[in-house]
Amino acid sequence: MPKITYIEHNGEAHTIEVTNGLSVMEGAVQNNIPGIDADCGGSMACATCHVYVKEEWFNKLPKKEDGEEDMIDMAFEPKKNSRLSCQLMVSDQLEGLVVNLPEKQV
Amino acid sequence: MIKTDALIIGAGPTGLFTAHQLKLIGLNCEIVDNLDKIGGQCIELYPDKPIYDIPAIPECTGEELTNNLINQLKPFDIKFHLSERVEEVKKNNENWEVKTNKGTEFSTSNIIIAGGVGSFEPRKFSPKECEKFENKSIFYLIKDKSIFKGKTLSIFGGGDSALDWAIELSKDSKVNLIHRRDEFRGTQTTVDKMNDLAKNGKINLFTKYQLKSANGKENLESIDVEHDNKEVKNLKTDYVLGFFGLIMQLGPIANWGLNLDKKHIPVNTENFETNQKGIFAIGDICTYPGKLKLILSGFHEGALAARGCFKYARPDEKLRFEFSTTSKSVHSRLGLKKND
Repeated sequence: MPKITYIEHNGEAHTIEVTNGLSVMEGAVQNNIPGIDADCGGSMACATCHVYVKEEWFNKLPKKEDGEEDMIDMAFEPKKNSRLSCQLMVSDQLEGLVVNLPEKQV
Repeated sequence: MIKTDALIIGAGPTGLFTAHQLKLIGLNCEIVDNLDKIGGQCIELYPDKPIYDIPAIPECTGEELTNNLINQLKPFDIKFHLSERVEEVKKNNENWEVKTNKGTEFSTSNIIIAGGVGSFEPRKFSPKECEKFENKSIFYLIKDKSIFKGKTLSIFGGGDSALDWAIELSKDSKVNLIHRRDEFRGTQTTVDKMNDLAKNGKINLFTKYQLKSANGKENLESIDVEHDNKEVKNLKTDYVLGFFGLIMQLGPIANWGLNLDKKHIPVNTENFETNQKGIFAIGDICTYPGKLKLILSGFHEGALAARGCFKYARPDEKLRFEFSTTSKSVHSRLGLKKND
């Protein structure tokens, strides 16, 4: 199971093993990582599972689908390296992924 | 004070179908929703997106689903209270007393919360000082556009609301339109129109910029916007308008004495009642082991919650299980002609 690190806005890091096939959002929610709300449950309809992905990882991730960037427009403090974690599917390629969480989701 | 057997909070698919279930078993209900239209998330978030997992409906959009549910309610006269948010819920003997932000009051034996993940509120700017200018010089919705005449406005956002207002207000005001990227998600004709106005100098377009700060002591004087490359521009502005869509906030529900699990309300799976007698929670807002956030689950939860309401609304009567195919009382409630 790939290890994924979620870093809260206050710097606290949580490294957990997430089963392949879950989304990065689900990994956080199932492990009670604070800072990911995921109000819509993963249907790309709310932008409350917003994360920042460091550059070296950002370019390795599958590209955004239509709609994700539109939704990120509505996220709290979007940046160039913003992603919706519900759209990031966990696989062995994501071993060691680090995501930073925004100050808040809404 | 309006008396009803059940008050439904939320006019999304779950709330609508639950109203139908209540009426079929002979209970009255009214529906309150914070949005100005019926349909909840289906209409607000994905009116045009097809849904493929409603039983017996191979494909329909959020809007079609909503219209079908409204049609299904036609036999009944159900009062909707739209653009109203429930603020207060208080126990009075056996009944719940409910008050909305517009002052509408209800007395009911049952409240069914079918509120999605709370009420839709406009998403706001992140710099903290924006709060003090809110509703004075920073707005998230426009009630009276005449105040902007002859003024300088900075409009933020990349969707149709931002574009439509930029186009409309550019007739009588100096308009800056600011968006975090250079693609706009508005409809193509609107984007084209805005680009034309920008070319002709009627709209000052700033793309890849975001709001950094709002400046001014009492009154807003200017804003700083920051480019992706960290360059900062100062823009003199009288008003700032933000159109970043709507987000769901739990809002006053948090103050009603209900147990909460993060933003969800734990319920039993027998009738979806909460820890408060006579308050039920169904649809996306409720949680229980195995909960699925599917519309079909909301329908099931609503059917059982409606039956849960019966014992409080009609304590002296016994609810009999009946099929809509054969029950005469169900047929009469549906207003069907007696053929037999």
